[in-house]
Amino acid sequence: MQPLLRMQGINKSFAGVVALSSAGLEIAAGEVHALIGQNGAGKSTLIKILTGVYRKDSGDIEFEGAPLNAQSPREAQDNGIATIYQELSLVPLRSVTENVIMGYEPRTRFGFIDWKAAHDRTREILSGFGIDIDVTRPLGSYSTAIQQLTAIARAVSLNARLVIMDEPTSSLDDREVETLFGVVRGLKARGVSVIYVSHFLDELFHICDRATIMRDGQTVAVREIASTTKLGLIADMLGRDPEEIAAAGMTDLGGGKGEAGELLLDARNLSTRRMLRDVSVSVRKGEIVGLGGLLGSGRTEAARAIFGLDRLSAGTVSTHRTPAGFSDPAEAIRGGVGFLTEDRKAEGIVPEMSVRENMTLALLPALAGKFSLDRAREEEIVKKFVDALGIKLASIEQPIRELSGGNQQKVLLARWLALEPDLLILDEPTRGVDVGAKFEIQSIIREYVEKGVGVLLISSEFEELVEGADRIVVLQDGVSVTELRNPGITEEKLIGAIAQSHEGAEA
Amino acid sequence: MTDQAQTPSPQSRSLAMNGFDWKRLSRHGGLIALALLLLINILITPNFLQLQTLFVNISQVATIAIVAVGMTLVIATAGIDLSVGAVMAVAGALAPLIFLSDFAQANPSLGLALSIAVPILVALVCGLFNGVLVAYLGVQPIIATLIFFISGRGIAQVLTNGNLQTFSHPGFSYIGTGKILGLPFQGWLVLVIAVVFWWVVNRTMFGRRILAVGGNEKAARLTGTPVRRVKIGVYVISAGLSGIAGLIVVAINSASDAARIGNLMELDAIAAAVVGGTLLMGGKAPIFGAILGAIIIQLVKYTLLANGVADEVALIAKAGIIVLAVYVQQGRKE
Amino acid sequence: MLDTNAFDLRKYLQGNGQSVGVWIALVAMILFGALRYDNFTGAYNISSFLNYNSMFIAISLGMCFVIMTGGIDLSVGSVVAFTSVCVAYLSPYGIQVALPGGILAGMAIGALNAFFVIKMRIPPFIATLATMLGAKGGALVISGRQTISVDWGSNFTKFGMGNVGGLLPWSIIVVMVLAVGLWVVLEKTSIGRTVEAIGGGEDATRMMGLPVDRAKAFVYILSGGCAGLAGVILASGFGAGQPLEGVGWELSAIASVVVGGTLLTGGLGSVPATVAGALLLGLVFNILNFENGRGVISFSAYWQMVVRGMFLFVVILLQSRFSRAAAKQGA
Repeated sequence: MQPLLRMQGINKSFAGVVALSSAGLEIAAGEVHALIGQNGAGKSTLIKILTGVYRKDSGDIEFEGAPLNAQSPREAQDNGIATIYQELSLVPLRSVTENVIMGYEPRTRFGFIDWKAAHDRTREILSGFGIDIDVTRPLGSYSTAIQQLTAIARAVSLNARLVIMDEPTSSLDDREVETLFGVVRGLKARGVSVIYVSHFLDELFHICDRATIMRDGQTVAVREIASTTKLGLIADMLGRDPEEIAAAGMTDLGGGKGEAGELLLDARNLSTRRMLRDVSVSVRKGEIVGLGGLLGSGRTEAARAIFGLDRLSAGTVSTHRTPAGFSDPAEAIRGGVGFLTEDRKAEGIVPEMSVRENMTLALLPALAGKFSLDRAREEEIVKKFVDALGIKLASIEQPIRELSGGNQQKVLLARWLALEPDLLILDEPTRGVDVGAKFEIQSIIREYVEKGVGVLLISSEFEELVEGADRIVVLQDGVSVTELRNPGITEEKLIGAIAQSHEGAEA
Repeated sequence: MTDQAQTPSPQSRSLAMNGFDWKRLSRHGGLIALALLLLINILITPNFLQLQTLFVNISQVATIAIVAVGMTLVIATAGIDLSVGAVMAVAGALAPLIFLSDFAQANPSLGLALSIAVPILVALVCGLFNGVLVAYLGVQPIIATLIFFISGRGIAQVLTNGNLQTFSHPGFSYIGTGKILGLPFQGWLVLVIAVVFWWVVNRTMFGRRILAVGGNEKAARLTGTPVRRVKIGVYVISAGLSGIAGLIVVAINSASDAARIGNLMELDAIAAAVVGGTLLMGGKAPIFGAILGAIIIQLVKYTLLANGVADEVALIAKAGIIVLAVYVQQGRKE
Repeated sequence: MLDTNAFDLRKYLQGNGQSVGVWIALVAMILFGALRYDNFTGAYNISSFLNYNSMFIAISLGMCFVIMTGGIDLSVGSVVAFTSVCVAYLSPYGIQVALPGGILAGMAIGALNAFFVIKMRIPPFIATLATMLGAKGGALVISGRQTISVDWGSNFTKFGMGNVGGLLPWSIIVVMVLAVGLWVVLEKTSIGRTVEAIGGGEDATRMMGLPVDRAKAFVYILSGGCAGLAGVILASGFGAGQPLEGVGWELSAIASVVVGGTLLTGGLGSVPATVAGALLLGLVFNILNFENGRGVISFSAYWQMVVRGMFLFVVILLQSRFSRAAAKQGA
């Protein structure tokens, strides 16, 4: 059968750096096709070439049997390829309807926008998804899930033949994910093909037919989902042997369970105006305490509140050094607390600054002399951590933006380790780094915990929590509902606790 | 999804080298432009290679350079200060009012001290106002400083009733006409200011924090940087330096005209900063680059004027330079 | 997360906040003036007030569109001066030539802004600051630094000095027609929707396949054209092309737009509220002039600039208080 889309021998480099080398992708009509690979494998580049955001250096693209060379997102859209981007490409201040029809508005006889027809059409598409909302309200007033579905509704209204979804579930809760899956199946039933880009491999087994795996800018394998396993996919992505991976264990956080010592952090009944309603958590010396829960359960918000970033409306935070908690990050840092953010790009690195400057940003007060910073000591500290953490770089004066995600993350980790903190709050410490760096970061954390540092760990990867944490405090909708203790925590138990109903929690 | 430049590979290092070469090239770009300007002037401008020409240019460039240093710091935090010219006008209008007052005539040295200190103090207050608007009320820098951009000059004119104040006051005029080791006083002042702020940017915690705030404000806050204080700091510095520049202008001319002091200075200063390699989105503060930029801007002006080109055409030329400099900078970024 | 804020802000501003506030303030000031001063509601005051402020309404309308895209146009004041000189030279050919000529001259500078911003990717405030200089220089060059007297023999000055029924100047009629036209464009056409969408998120708008560049070009050229129209009104109303006029007008325009409730970060805008904002700012000056006439205060011309600055300051304070209140509601 003629495939809907055939991309062959696609090459692309950016300023001399090869991003894609002879990559390919083939999608059948009415197929849900996963595109997976580690960060930097070339997935997004391939998709951006398909959708006209980037231009390919060479290669062929055939769509519905005809050559396609989209020069702009608009052109791709007009050809029937719609994209739902990771960062939602919608305009929150405008109404739901406008977001669906924008650029393709139905017209009245006089050439003006026919709002009635537009609203009706939008309502009709959304109710096809089982959603009944006021489409005249601004999109921004609805949840991320609705916004996501609105983007899909836009694709549907444009009669897209191929819908590309980039990490569509990364900010959805379980119920919303189910709705999304329903919509994807609906698209499939209409004969629309879907390219599904996701880091969550479990999902693929629910809705995808086939998977194309990319590595280092090349297409390395195409698998039938029904006849492969998660381990198989991981092995393809890493280019390793499945058995080897199975033997190594999934994480490197587990290990010596040191005696938990003195109480470092005691946060009680935290609530904020935003997300938190009643969260209590404590961390002792030499202990990893996990915060479990779904995205939006208040994990990051709890960490931010403890670190003094968000103001508490109720509750108390005390640490062994500062019984009154912190009103801003500077105080928290002085109080021996470090906070590794989940969003490396937006809140972590200062891209134009060198590795050295990035690493010592929180340490500046300690380096400040009367008239100037102590450069010699600064370099000494930076070099020490570059060696100790195995950070790969050309020079410590290299701008941090030139480093890989994993190495950037290590620099940021070092930023906090250099403070010799008592307590580290780590929000998704291994997100978006490759597997090798992930193991290394995990063993660094373990090493410091063994030296007596207390860690508050937030992770969306259940393996990391289950194997790493001594205790897991489970959050639901801004409330800490229960606490699990290791040994004895399994993934099933954790998932059970997270899924537990609210009544159960209050009992 | 990460962008490809992050892939650790030999290529990425060569990319780094590329970036470095670019930067060196564009830094040379400034020097090349300077060399070309000098060459052109030597060839076509009458009496260019004379000490007098050098002095004139030094005294003219000093005000641009001083203001450009402050502007560089503000831009480094991803801000902008449109009020510099107006603040110069306020300071420049105040000084003669003070040293010509009866009190100052009775106490000459105290009067002179006050006529320098008070205008600078007032300028600092203007900067504080800008800084608070930006840092605490979250007003965009363009808008916040636009308030003084317009009303500051109005205040200066109200203060002087729009009159031209002429005076003869050797003590005060030293700021504009004095010489140390045969070179104009304000030339030395520029040098001192540049060295001090180069030191601040490259060697002190405050300087590092300026760059961090401009480079990534959220990251700066998370690492304990007092973001608001840093922002207020740069606006105060910028205004203070503008105040000094205003005094110099008045001292050079032995006259103060509130309508003209520092007129369009914000453009010269922004242009100097940008020509000198300051990124408009923040995170970079090349102080000596700004000085080089100021020299280039001044030389262009001088070249045009010395060769009989009208003032208003020089305006258009300056507009062209600004657009070109920012354009080149944008190109380098990609 | 942030989006909820934005939403509540919108509701607050449009539903019961600033937009209504500006109309209430307008009515209150008119009442105040009418009760306090004898000639306030006289035909002369109304007609000259509307005539003078038609220029500010015009540039505010253009500015409103630019600000909605998250940009800014600092060149409008200089463009007014530049076009006033241009049309002074065109005045012998009559208003039928001078009016389109002046608007086209303004649009040409707007097109230059658009080119700088879109093609050369220069930040709007730098680009328009440069054209501000350029237009000012241009005005001085072609005028030889002189005010250029218009040709009183043609029908040119009828436009800026004539009125309908002794009350409504031609200029305000033209500007109001423009305002209604732009209101329709903003609310009813896709270019208008695109303009607002850009302010809400330029990349997102581009990803949706909307003609971002075209919409941005539209707003800068529009703003230039509006300033051109103001230049025609200036030259025809005062009988001269004035190369030194227009200083600080961009501030008035920005203030009017902001007081009308348009978010300075782009995205939300209202044509009627912008007109109201411009009228409000004009009324402030009008009332100050009356007070001046009564001898209560002494109001030199230099105060104008100070008052403009203070007015913008107050508006900014109000807006940031409004946004905070809205943010609180949103939480």
